[in-house]
Amino acid sequence: MAVRRLHPEQPASFAFTPDNLAWANEMIGHYPPGQQASAVIPLLWRAQEQEGWLSEPAIRYMAELLGMAYIRVYEVATFYTMFQLAPVGRLAHVQVCGTTPCMLRGSEALIETCKRWIAPHAHELSADGNFSWEEVECLGSCANAPMVQIWSDTYEDLTPALLEKVLDGFAGKAPMAKPGSQTGRTASCPAGGPTSLTSLPVAAASGGMTED
Amino acid sequence: MLADKDRIFTNLYGFGDPGLKGALARGNWNGTKGFIDQGHDWIIDQVKASGLRGRGGAGFPTGLKWSFMPKNDSRPSYLVINADESEPGSCKDREIARHDPHLLIEGALLASFAMRAHTCYVYFRGEYIREREAFQRAVDEAYAARLIGKGNVHGWDFDLFVHHGAGAYICGEETALLESLEGKKGQPRLKPPFPAGCGLYGAPTTINNVESIAVVPDILRRGATWFSTLGKPNNTGTKLFQISGHVEKPCVVEEEMGIPLRELIDKHCGGVRGGWKNLKAVIPGGSSVPLVPAELCDDLTMDFDALAKVKSGLGTAAVIVMDRSTDVIKAIARLSYFYKHESCGQCTPCREGTGWMWRVMERLVKGEAEKREIDLLLEVTKQVEGHTICALGDAAAWPIQGLIRHFRPEIEARIDGYKAVHRQAAE
Repeated sequence: MAVRRLHPEQPASFAFTPDNLAWANEMIGHYPPGQQASAVIPLLWRAQEQEGWLSEPAIRYMAELLGMAYIRVYEVATFYTMFQLAPVGRLAHVQVCGTTPCMLRGSEALIETCKRWIAPHAHELSADGNFSWEEVECLGSCANAPMVQIWSDTYEDLTPALLEKVLDGFAGKAPMAKPGSQTGRTASCPAGGPTSLTSLPVAAASGGMTED
Repeated sequence: MLADKDRIFTNLYGFGDPGLKGALARGNWNGTKGFIDQGHDWIIDQVKASGLRGRGGAGFPTGLKWSFMPKNDSRPSYLVINADESEPGSCKDREIARHDPHLLIEGALLASFAMRAHTCYVYFRGEYIREREAFQRAVDEAYAARLIGKGNVHGWDFDLFVHHGAGAYICGEETALLESLEGKKGQPRLKPPFPAGCGLYGAPTTINNVESIAVVPDILRRGATWFSTLGKPNNTGTKLFQISGHVEKPCVVEEEMGIPLRELIDKHCGGVRGGWKNLKAVIPGGSSVPLVPAELCDDLTMDFDALAKVKSGLGTAAVIVMDRSTDVIKAIARLSYFYKHESCGQCTPCREGTGWMWRVMERLVKGEAEKREIDLLLEVTKQVEGHTICALGDAAAWPIQGLIRHFRPEIEARIDGYKAVHRQAAE
């Protein structure tokens, strides 16, 4: 378990944008009548996407919207670790996978890079407020380890130098890196080309590498 | 080696078009109406005859699980597909969701029909955002082509909704997943009642892994016998293996059940880093199963029964390879931290035990311990194992038990080394 508390400084209010509210009402329709609480995680997630992090007013807003007790939404927000309960970097919040499959392939060096490049401690904002990082548990891209997730995208097959290139991209100092493998592999295909499915024309033609 | 013609996931790496057009060209959605016309029980019988065992880790026979669903019930029935792929080492369901999504949608329709369900929820882990978006695109295509939805061409009203979590490993446990889907904290439920009797919203529910559902259309298309003759008796069919860690070329690959571990690594992963002799241990089925030391790996085959014989398990077939440079105590200690982090906090033995075991493991990494603490730790793992509502307690205990079973001399040497250094310092 992780101890997770709300941030001491909270904004005065929260409201969905009209677009997000329309989307939220459509989401609620995915569940049977009276079961609108089912939508709480997707809606909280949308609130986080809208604001960058999840604030106390957003939790209250969702309780009202879904007809749930405040405490029920509060416990969901604190239970699920992807909800950021404090502000994160404006340009990038780097989630470094640190679990064993990534550790075996060098995630500790990526964490050192983050400490040097962003801030000495996890969840600490960089001096300009543009970057932050944290170590997270297995992100499910183990055949492309080590890797990080930034917002919705994963950056895989990393080395410290490749991670710095990705970060430079977010900082505007270099071209943005393309998500996925940073060594040019296609998804989780073995490096150098597939060892299966080779009798299918499309696989043979591409040689297993992504075209830029 | 499995021939390409016997592969189910023919767009595993996404070389082809994952959309409906590409899926149709690969034979997805071919003959689906014909299977539905043969009736609910025919599909269940075919899946039973194929010998398919659940691909989520436990290996429970899928057809048998489906047959537990009530046939005449006033409540609606639900199929819930578990795409909360979070077991360290596992990364197969993401490839299905983003590259072969129509196999999963077609399988969801067939499985729902077999169990008389009109609604299916697919629960993705929160981190799989692009995978979820890719899958949603395929779902939208299927709706637009009237392959699913109300009044679809298959004659069985069927709605499929994509849902997601927000970063909680425990939601991969089926009843925690249901709690989460109902909008609560993901804390597992006591069983019984089992989900087939009282699941989502108190209605009959079956929860299946992504891969278990996605192989169903091909089982029906090519016949149960085709599937059951692949692999080994009681361990039939093909399987997505995910190989990570110290191999030359980590990858995800579809192979026959029961493939020798060494063949899997040599053929598809370019071998163990530094050669087969450089192997120290493998975790063959995702972080929850005990590791297997190199001396037991030479003739090891990758199936449920063979791995159970070496006191490990196939789990999700996520093979984590460790070469001789690995600090195996540290590798397992990191898993102990994982379980401490992911314990939902509901049961005391797990909530307190995972933290306790992790702290002792951290001391063992440094050697800062007494040798009698190894047995104390082993005893605590037995007190956690089997004393919790769900299997997370077991999953936290087993890697440590495996470590002590096979690498006790290494732990003791670490303790001796620490003592030697600190005795000198004291003198």
